[in-house]
Amino acid sequence: MSSARIRLPASIKKGETVEVKTLITHTMESGQRRDSAGAVIPRKILNKFACTYNGKDVIRADWASAISANPYFSFYVVAAESGTLEFTWTDDDGTVTKESAKLTVA
Amino acid sequence: MRKDSESNGLSRRRLLAGVGAGGMALAGAMIVVRDVSAQAIQPGAHLEVLNKAVGGKQPQAGKVRIRMPEIAENGNTVPITVAVDSPMTGQDFVKAVHVVTDNNPRPELMSVFFTPLSGKAEVSTRIRLAQTMNVIAYAEMSDGSLWSGRAEAKVTIGGCGG
Repeated sequence: MSSARIRLPASIKKGETVEVKTLITHTMESGQRRDSAGAVIPRKILNKFACTYNGKDVIRADWASAISANPYFSFYVVAAESGTLEFTWTDDDGTVTKESAKLTVA
Repeated sequence: MRKDSESNGLSRRRLLAGVGAGGMALAGAMIVVRDVSAQAIQPGAHLEVLNKAVGGKQPQAGKVRIRMPEIAENGNTVPITVAVDSPMTGQDFVKAVHVVTDNNPRPELMSVFFTPLSGKAEVSTRIRLAQTMNVIAYAEMSDGSLWSGRAEAKVTIGGCGG
């Protein structure tokens, strides 16, 4: 299972562009490795990431197998108003992990 | 003595360069053997990936900045920041950035799709690099222009497992 963590600045002014840091546990098995018997370990990665802010798209990313295990991803968002950031990570097997964070502007 | 060797086209510098290239070739051969399960590295495959992503358009150099440590000790997790110069307004923003590597078993790294709500066209993550190589990024702007940037990281321990 994957567990995700989100980090936002402690205080945010209205209209400020703030950095959002995300981290999720996942092996990101690259499909390049072999097990002890010599068989290729099949690829299993998180291949998509997306973030919305009060339902509006902020950023999307397609990830390849060269993204490290336990993917860290940081980006920016304009904090126009208080609201909710929603994050989704999509696994090769179709599983979607969701997380959300409250963004409060001063 | 020195003159002689130079006239033979075998200066000390050339000799060392030759040894260096030989060493590189050997390292390359070792990696191919290790990755024989997957696929050998195709030279130019990274450009094909980029061309496909942007519909064959040719970029201008500039606007895209890639930050990586000059020497990455552990190729399993190399921090990288990709930033594009853009005001990120509703009229003028970065639509997408496609990032590839030129010496990994697979060239793809990531594609990031921005919106004006992003505020700043900059992302950071951590990547795997099998050996010393270049990272190349193309940025597609809302006005249709295409920009490129690159950076090299020297890797001491490769990061492909195996």
